Amino acid sequence: MRIGLFVTCLTDTLYPGTGRAVVAVLERLGHQVDFPAAQSCCGQMHFNTGYRREATPMARGFTGAFSGYEAIVTPSASCASMVREYYPALATEAQDPGLARAVAQIAPRTYELSVFLADVLGVTDVGAYFPHRVTYHPSCHSLRMLRVGDAPLRLLRAVRGLDLVDLPDAESCCGFGGTFAVKNADVSAAICADKVTAVRQTGAEVLCAADNSCLMHIGGALTRQRSGVATMHLAEILACTEGAPT
Amino acid sequence: MTGPDMTGPDMTGPDLTGPHPGMPTYLGMPSFPVAAAAAVADSQLRRNLAHATHTIREKRAVTVAELTDWEALRAAAKAIKDHTLANLDTYLLRLEASVTKAGGHVHWAQDATEANAIVTDLVRAAGADQVVKVKSMVTQEIGLNEALAAEGISALETDLAELIVQLGHDRPSHILVPAIHRNRAEIREIFRREMPDAPADLTDDPAMLAAAARTHLRQAFLSAQVGISGANFAIADTGSLVVVESEGNGRMCLTLPRTLISVVGIEKILPSWRDLEVFLALLPRSSTAERMNPYTSTWTGITPGDGPQDFHLVLLDNGRTSALADHTGRQALRCIRCSACLNVCPVYERTGGHAYGSPYPGPIGAIISPLMRGVTSPIDASLPFASTLCGACYDVCPVAINIPEALVYLRGKVVDAKREKHFSPERTVFNVSAHVLRSPRLLGAAQRAGSLAGRVFARSGRIRRLPPPLSGWTETRDVPAPPPESFRAWWARTRGAGR
Repeated sequence: MRIGLFVTCLTDTLYPGTGRAVVAVLERLGHQVDFPAAQSCCGQMHFNTGYRREATPMARGFTGAFSGYEAIVTPSASCASMVREYYPALATEAQDPGLARAVAQIAPRTYELSVFLADVLGVTDVGAYFPHRVTYHPSCHSLRMLRVGDAPLRLLRAVRGLDLVDLPDAESCCGFGGTFAVKNADVSAAICADKVTAVRQTGAEVLCAADNSCLMHIGGALTRQRSGVATMHLAEILACTEGAPT
Repeated sequence: MTGPDMTGPDMTGPDLTGPHPGMPTYLGMPSFPVAAAAAVADSQLRRNLAHATHTIREKRAVTVAELTDWEALRAAAKAIKDHTLANLDTYLLRLEASVTKAGGHVHWAQDATEANAIVTDLVRAAGADQVVKVKSMVTQEIGLNEALAAEGISALETDLAELIVQLGHDRPSHILVPAIHRNRAEIREIFRREMPDAPADLTDDPAMLAAAARTHLRQAFLSAQVGISGANFAIADTGSLVVVESEGNGRMCLTLPRTLISVVGIEKILPSWRDLEVFLALLPRSSTAERMNPYTSTWTGITPGDGPQDFHLVLLDNGRTSALADHTGRQALRCIRCSACLNVCPVYERTGGHAYGSPYPGPIGAIISPLMRGVTSPIDASLPFASTLCGACYDVCPVAINIPEALVYLRGKVVDAKREKHFSPERTVFNVSAHVLRSPRLLGAAQRAGSLAGRVFARSGRIRRLPPPLSGWTETRDVPAPPPESFRAWWARTRGAGR
């Protein structure tokens, strides 16, 4: 299958290790991964902050970069939701039938990584080994927009050596919300404080999620508190093997 | 907490701490982030909210899960409301005809001023200077109590929580649990200070507090000449009105006085009695997690010799037709004020209702206030941004209002309203970043610059301080330092230039 990796601007810029991990996992499963260099940002930050017009050229850029791939895989439930849920509305609003046609082609083929692995490829054991205590935060967009269900948990449960512990009040938001974290910093920090408390109650060494944006947020508080709890994207855990454990 | 502390040094809102300021108008409220900061720092408020919202949230989940056809009910409710709103002109006239035929009088009010004037005139015509009130959101919305007070008419709130709010000279902070921000010690103090007939040995025992309120209200029920209510539903076919409440105090107001005045938003219409069934299944489970509502009062015009002999229905627009004209915003008019969205909202749970600057707090308030009032005031322009877009509100909404979609849409309206007007640092940032983020070449250059800056400013891979407005983040959270090599650079170096 010809897979186009949509790495997302955040992961590209701040978490390149997640992108390398996605490549490693997909190649280990025997797939060919391509990184179309014409990709940049899906436009979600602009769209969600009210700069809808500014997001339209980014949607055009995305559809241009990824035309022709059988599957577009991304390590972000949030960015996948943007493409799948909001691109059609954006194309309609821009009165751009060409963009609407491109979106109709590409949006249904854009998959968040865990959905692609567990539901599209039907693989839950990706041959990973990670002998650590891990708790999983289901990000809001994975849970309530993309509805990935338990795909990430099925993948984590199949990782050898991994001790998966439930996160109390797991389905509550971490308070990130994109520009919300800056525009409403006090409320955002208050929500995050409760999420951090829940994470620390688990005794986990690692907090895992399917979105680096939420991990950047919760992780930013965890390191500020010198909690010793690390944050890792799901792909990074799945990339670990007995031969290459970190 | 000794009251909604809106008087901190950075607050520009109305002074609520005067001796008898009454319910202030919501105009001039500070923007949401400013009001929310004060709420977040209030430990009593935070504790009350966390306890109450989690309790109701969990109970609701249990009672909703009991119904196997919840999603079908939800779809039916959405369909009924959408149909009614799309044919509102027909159903409003049908309601007017039905109410008139049943012996009631119908009045039309375009805004709060008109509605308040109509009600004031009706109370005067009844020769009364005191009215008893059923808990009602819409009369909070129009500031009816203050308007009546200005004309020398006192309005007594008879819902226990609304009474606590009224006696405490503050504002409701939850649609269903208006005194959610008060604890029983505070309620005891309010009663002792403001209720002349409170027993001298009043304790903070909930049963004793309720008994004191009952005694206080009993005389008012028996002597009141005029009752004022809202309505949860208005049935167009028959002209019947429906009030859903838990205490029975509403029913006292609806049955004992000679004159009854009901102020009802035009979106409250249902075509027929058959439609009511769906909503009486959805509303109690969504709001109080009850399987059946305790007191459901219905009445149709007047019945000679039984109940009020003079009935007036005031149909209110007050921005609702503006919301109806908005293709994305009109779904907010489906709201049945259950408050399920408040109880699951991570933002409301930390701020309470006062920060939302209207009687409609939480996620629904964040869309309905800007839809009805426009996005020009600081509070209304900030409300659509008062959400993390986590989507929990949409999941629990019994009429399937896509609140995140409406919030994002309204954010666009706020941004568009400010375009071309004046210089905005935020808009400049978003314009520049839009150019960078849509160009792989510029993004790559920015990443290289970021890597260099990261090497200068980061300590052990973390950035601990950034300038405003990003300091809002770094006050409590680190930022990861940009890595030496972006993913795109790694790919180009190891796999070639891609396509």
